[in-house]
Amino acid sequence: MSLFDFVEGREGYYGEYGGTFLPEILTATIEELRLCFRSSKEDPAFWAEFAELMHTYSGRPTPVSYLENLSNKLGGARIFVKREDLNHTGSHKINNVMGQGLICKRLGKKRVIAETGAGQHGFATATMAARFGFDCKIYMGEVDIARQRPNVFWMENLGAEVVSVTDGQRTLKDAINECLRDWVTNMGDTHYVLGTACGPHPFPEMVSFFQSIIGKEAREQILKEAGKLPDRVFACVGGGSNAIGIFQGFIDDNVELVGVEAGGYGAGSGLHASRLAYEDASVGVAQGFKTYFLQNDDGNMLETHSIAAGLDYIGINPILTDLWEKQRVRFEAATDEMVRDTLKLVMRTEGLIPALESTHAFAQAVLEAPKMSKHEVILVNQSGRGDKDIFTVADAIEDDHWKQFIKDKAVEYGA
Amino acid sequence: MAPEQVSLEKYLRDRLRHKDLLLMTHVVCGYPSFEANWRELEIMAEFDVDLVELQFPFSEPSADGPLFVKANQEAISNGVSPADCFGFMRKVSEHFPFKVLMMGYYNTAFKMGAETFVKRLAEAGGCGYILPDLPVEEAGELHELSRPKDLASIVLMTPTNTEARLKILGEAAEGFVYAVARKGVTGGKTEMGDDLDAFVSRCRAHTRLPIGVGFGVSQKSDLDFLRGKADIAIIGTAALKAWEEGGGDNLRSLLGSLV
Repeated sequence: MSLFDFVEGREGYYGEYGGTFLPEILTATIEELRLCFRSSKEDPAFWAEFAELMHTYSGRPTPVSYLENLSNKLGGARIFVKREDLNHTGSHKINNVMGQGLICKRLGKKRVIAETGAGQHGFATATMAARFGFDCKIYMGEVDIARQRPNVFWMENLGAEVVSVTDGQRTLKDAINECLRDWVTNMGDTHYVLGTACGPHPFPEMVSFFQSIIGKEAREQILKEAGKLPDRVFACVGGGSNAIGIFQGFIDDNVELVGVEAGGYGAGSGLHASRLAYEDASVGVAQGFKTYFLQNDDGNMLETHSIAAGLDYIGINPILTDLWEKQRVRFEAATDEMVRDTLKLVMRTEGLIPALESTHAFAQAVLEAPKMSKHEVILVNQSGRGDKDIFTVADAIEDDHWKQFIKDKAVEYGA
Repeated sequence: MAPEQVSLEKYLRDRLRHKDLLLMTHVVCGYPSFEANWRELEIMAEFDVDLVELQFPFSEPSADGPLFVKANQEAISNGVSPADCFGFMRKVSEHFPFKVLMMGYYNTAFKMGAETFVKRLAEAGGCGYILPDLPVEEAGELHELSRPKDLASIVLMTPTNTEARLKILGEAAEGFVYAVARKGVTGGKTEMGDDLDAFVSRCRAHTRLPIGVGFGVSQKSDLDFLRGKADIAIIGTAALKAWEEGGGDNLRSLLGSLV
């Protein structure tokens, strides 16, 4: 099936979801972007340029590794992992960012803006801007800046200006609003590098296109490594870009696709970011597109929570919503507690340090693997690495030695 | 074919027979409070304002500048709901001589359902709505439902629109056309000059409706510039700013300086 064969007159719609809901002032800018992306997508030389760039700059293809220890310990399906954490800047975010860098060049624009939650996307965008020679401004919620200083440090040192967003909940969604405000003002010379497969058309399609490199590689690799296609593929879902990236490789195969959302404190707690796995979300239109949002009866957005800042978002990729409704993708949620336990397990048994976001995918796989047969194969997308988020991870697993180190360091800085 | 004339258009045309430039103002419902809104509206009525936008607060006001963002946010945290706004609108439309429009973001209407939205808006005495994040392509259902209720769906024209796009917008417009004077969000400054003049003329070429100009219209010289070019001057942020800085007296002196 092609996800992007749009019904006549319904370009940008996936079933009932997606679309373009923007202020009129952006119509010409979005149209310019849509046409540029369309011609780039249809140009085989463009994909070749992109793949070459990802090879030389980010170390692609990232490997698929067999987790023998973990598989044996759980005693069920064989577990393999796609190592997106090995990308430059430590996550799959770079795939989208470098792709949009090439688009920005084709558009002839000299300035990029981006929102960031955890900081991964902002970090990747700052890297791309330095490489391509673009001016770069990153909008980041005040709360996230406080949580993710190391990423802010890198963004600033890469030459980006990081703007603290103090409106609303002061997190990812508010940073997106601030980007839209910048864009309606500066669209003439500015490209908005949206970080996930959300927002107005053509962003969901464009981000999915660049992230499809994950699934393309993974399908080939797993056939070689496991000798067969996986029975189930697990990916964490915040906005949904790594998930749609790997899922596209297996969309036409008899492979079960599982999206894992942030369960936070669990169903019914009101403190989570599960749009589809739990029953709190409903269909709405915000931030440029139609999908399931965590919102109240008045249509105002709710507070969200996750141990992983990168999953902490009110909406979800409209393509995944449609695939969920068509029962092509199953949705589950992993709670903060499951994530903490799974991270420790994966570190100890395999020496891997997945990002807290990616650990959600592992958590669900670890839950299901023992109930599967030894002949079955699981593929987990490790979308990012956890070691660079040492502050967050140390907090999450409550490491006392780390706390002492920080206290000593504070004394050294004269606190 | 031109759509049937809604009564908002007729009202504006009647007013334009006696005034060369009408005035539309704006309040954010429930910010700082409904009581304060009422006092603002009383002052606006003193100055014979023709039309008022009542903004229904939304949690993601991405087309608004800092002052309205804060107003939206605080109204929501004070518990202001669409039901409260409709209730307030009803009182306003019954009491004041000016006409009222709902202004807000599409999700407010979408979440309650298009049918409920138009029904409640009509019952509250509103004469139309401005939903800046609802493009005309997506507004079909709402337009259909609005027509029998005599509600005008206000279309925005912007300086970045192509001629082809302005034509589409012109064909969809009802009541009046809201011409956005510049790029950016609400509340910034706009240079009143040849570019704006040319833009309003471009809008005029694509609509027979009255044209209101908003975004950065804040002082007497702006209105003087617009007189003879536009039909309605739209004062948004400037009124709230005046109120915030010096309450009723300040708002009164702002409006006094304008008319």
